[in-house]
Amino acid sequence: MVGHKFCEKLLAKDSRQEFQITVFGEESRRAYDRVHLTEYFSGKSAEDLSLAAHNWYESNNINLYLEDAVIEIDKFKRKIKSAKGKEFTYDYLVLATGSAPFVPTVPGTDKYGVFVYRTIDDLELITSYAYKAKKAAVIGGGLLGLEAAKAMIDLDLETHVVEFAPRLMPRQLDESGSEFLKFKLEHLGIHVHLNKNTSAISGKEKVEELEFKDNSRLEVDMVVISTGIKPRDELAKECGLRLGPRGGIIVNNRLQTADPCIYAIGECALFEGKVYGLVAPGYEMADVVASQLTGTDKEFSDFDMSTKLKLLGVDVASFGDALAMENECKTVVFEDRVWGIYKRLNVSTDGKYLLGGILVGDASSYNTLLQTYKNGILLPKNPEDILMKSGTSGGKTNEGCGISALPDAAMICSCEGVSKGAICSTVKEYGIADLEGVKKITKAGTGCGGCVPMVKDIINETLRELGKKVKTVICEHFEYNRQELFDLIKVHGIKTFDEVLDTFGKGAGCEVCKPAMASILASAWNDSILKQPTIQDTNDRFLANIQKGGSYSVVPRVAGGEITPDKLIVIGQVAKKYNLYCKITGGQRIDMFGAHLHQLPYIWEELIEAGFESGHAYGKSIRTVKSCVGSSWCRYGLHDSVGFAIEIENRYKGLRSPHKLKSAVSGCVRECAEAQSKDFGLIATEKGWNLFVCGNGGTKPQHAQLLASDVDEKECLKMIDRFLMFYIKTAEPLMRTATWLNKLEGGMDYLKDVIVNDSLGIGEKLEQEMQLLIDTYQCEWKEVVNSPELRKRFTHFINSDEPDPTIQFKEERGQKFPEDWNIAVAS
Amino acid sequence: MESLTVEQKNITWFKACNIGDIPENGGACVKYKDRQIAIFNFTRRDKWFATQNLCPHRFQMALSFGMIGEKKGEPKVACPFHKKTFSLETGKCMDDEQYVIKTYPVKAEEGAIFIGIEF
Repeated sequence: MVGHKFCEKLLAKDSRQEFQITVFGEESRRAYDRVHLTEYFSGKSAEDLSLAAHNWYESNNINLYLEDAVIEIDKFKRKIKSAKGKEFTYDYLVLATGSAPFVPTVPGTDKYGVFVYRTIDDLELITSYAYKAKKAAVIGGGLLGLEAAKAMIDLDLETHVVEFAPRLMPRQLDESGSEFLKFKLEHLGIHVHLNKNTSAISGKEKVEELEFKDNSRLEVDMVVISTGIKPRDELAKECGLRLGPRGGIIVNNRLQTADPCIYAIGECALFEGKVYGLVAPGYEMADVVASQLTGTDKEFSDFDMSTKLKLLGVDVASFGDALAMENECKTVVFEDRVWGIYKRLNVSTDGKYLLGGILVGDASSYNTLLQTYKNGILLPKNPEDILMKSGTSGGKTNEGCGISALPDAAMICSCEGVSKGAICSTVKEYGIADLEGVKKITKAGTGCGGCVPMVKDIINETLRELGKKVKTVICEHFEYNRQELFDLIKVHGIKTFDEVLDTFGKGAGCEVCKPAMASILASAWNDSILKQPTIQDTNDRFLANIQKGGSYSVVPRVAGGEITPDKLIVIGQVAKKYNLYCKITGGQRIDMFGAHLHQLPYIWEELIEAGFESGHAYGKSIRTVKSCVGSSWCRYGLHDSVGFAIEIENRYKGLRSPHKLKSAVSGCVRECAEAQSKDFGLIATEKGWNLFVCGNGGTKPQHAQLLASDVDEKECLKMIDRFLMFYIKTAEPLMRTATWLNKLEGGMDYLKDVIVNDSLGIGEKLEQEMQLLIDTYQCEWKEVVNSPELRKRFTHFINSDEPDPTIQFKEERGQKFPEDWNIAVAS
Repeated sequence: MESLTVEQKNITWFKACNIGDIPENGGACVKYKDRQIAIFNFTRRDKWFATQNLCPHRFQMALSFGMIGEKKGEPKVACPFHKKTFSLETGKCMDDEQYVIKTYPVKAEEGAIFIGIEF
């Protein structure tokens, strides 16, 4: 990985193309992502893990030799020799040989079923052996050991983790942190054994048992050793480069070895007595050497080893001086044993600075804390506040340590070395306003991805600074929001889209403003939407829902869900005649799918003949008013919920609104109609009805809230008239009532004031406006069926009567279905 | 001049429909042999455009029913299915680089619309 990053960096910096790069690799594969190696077990292929496409080397003019390790270096002649006998001379040699797993000297490590966890080849060996195994032990409870344990779980093995130290991840966690992590892991089915010094791996030929110094034993079928790494320094040793006492090629701050033409980077290098076993410092080393070679004098310095990772879904993070002694700092500790969350902050003795910390179970505040630590930001008066707040999500910034408090030099993406300043200037200078764009230009967030939430926050913060997003406008063609346009259209008596565009907009419009205006015009005047077909949203243009495959569906209105046998028979007959797939909808009516465009007028002609009318399932309008059985049949029912539902549905049918509207009426508190999940819903009480508003299902379900209680039916309708009209006039396009309420300043109290107490004095006006819409209702389908001119629109081709020949159906469960999406196979 | 005549030789103009057949500021679909071609009457600019009717995103024959409009002055059509938008001039998808649709030359003459088919 580090060697590959070096190639990338050198290519990028070598603007004069002075260098010819030759890469030797011992493995048979191109460089791949070892950080996400465990994903191999959850379905990623070796190819998915590759860091570069197969033609990347060729197209960048790099010679690549795989399965061919360098075996000899002649420092004096600057020559290398490979295992396959190739000889090359070099100007500079970069050793990025990485590390090998450290295998302790314990008897039995050569038995069948004992593995290490480092390369894709290792994983393949593990996978093929795991078929025969049931119980696996991972020796080593550090970061890599736990990664390996996750792999064992993915392979469906009973998994044991054996750690010599008294705690898990001893380099990153303190005892309490380890205890919380252990609890979480055990909950996930991993058995954790601490303080266990393995003395032997025993078994006849293959592993059968682990023996420990304390004389205890553990029966297992396979063992994965993950007790640390040892730098691959054999080659360096042989040619006489200086090594550390416990291995590692000694380098200076330019990452040169004892021979200035030979560099060492990544896990094989030993810098100031330390081997850096993480990817970010390795990448930084690659950058330093590439800079050196291309004439920039960049140096490597002590690298922050903070880490954040998700182990089996459990957040674990540790940063700065995580294990600082009690006497060197003051600690702030937060423990939540209900949710298994442990947080520890080490604060300087004067309480001003953050020195480091540990997070287990919830690491959402990691980025903020890391930056607070790295940049020496002054802590707020009560450091525990940072722990209690949930980090930087949602664009909220914490006092004293938020995004805006960070200096421009703050390193946000440590994988790619991108600073806050670089992200800000991308937004400011290139005018980039989204994450994808910033990723493309800066590469921030393309490595481990851990900094993505932070990058997003910086983008938003910068946009805010630039004064962007001050006003929500419909689109580039109108400098107004929906509410303003609604008022303008009403006041100026405008009836067509062209007129609105000419008077208040500019350009030719688009797919955002056209349907928004169509909705406003319909809500303002209730003119037939058929008059301006080309500004209607897809489904409104042909008064039917376009479905997968290109056919349409038909939904007649069944107010309150009440239907006669005769009408049911008609639906059956029509569906049979036109071969339509039938389904009962969630709104208590019947949907018929699979109609060709040209069939729609014929189908509706028959339905209208039988007394049906449009169900407006295609519109951003009132859909259904669902009801329970109510007092007429139900032994618990208090009032006639069906009757009232029918009255309400017929009252508001055809009403166009910013988004769809759903309603329900329940005859008692048992709430069988689920009225509290609707845009407006009614529940019968002993004294009348309780009116709930602004609920919805969907992606973010929200319960409706009580607007008025114990009101009679007349009063109910008055409230609903006002409520709906107020929503229609003030909401943004495609905003459901729940979101509208969430954004309404003053919330439910304000809404109650306006609707119930008429605090704005607009109650009567709202009622009148609604009455106009109710009085001018017409069934759109009736209009089409009766007009030969309008019927002509319903054809796929204008120069042929034939239906769209690409529409195809298949049969399942005795009915027809559209063929699956015909997605082109793109590479 | 030379190249212009060569180009004209390679195009057959096919009479697709009458001008009144296509709604103002909207589109409709014509059939030419086995092809489906979407024609757009961009009345606000007094221009005509023609493209393939197939939206390459989910392979739906739907572009002719899409809403037309413009983005920063570039005329476009939005697919009714998932609102992918395509430039009516270049055919390029404006929100996803991987898609591009074919565009055809169009001319309006004597009340009829002709589409140029290349050989």
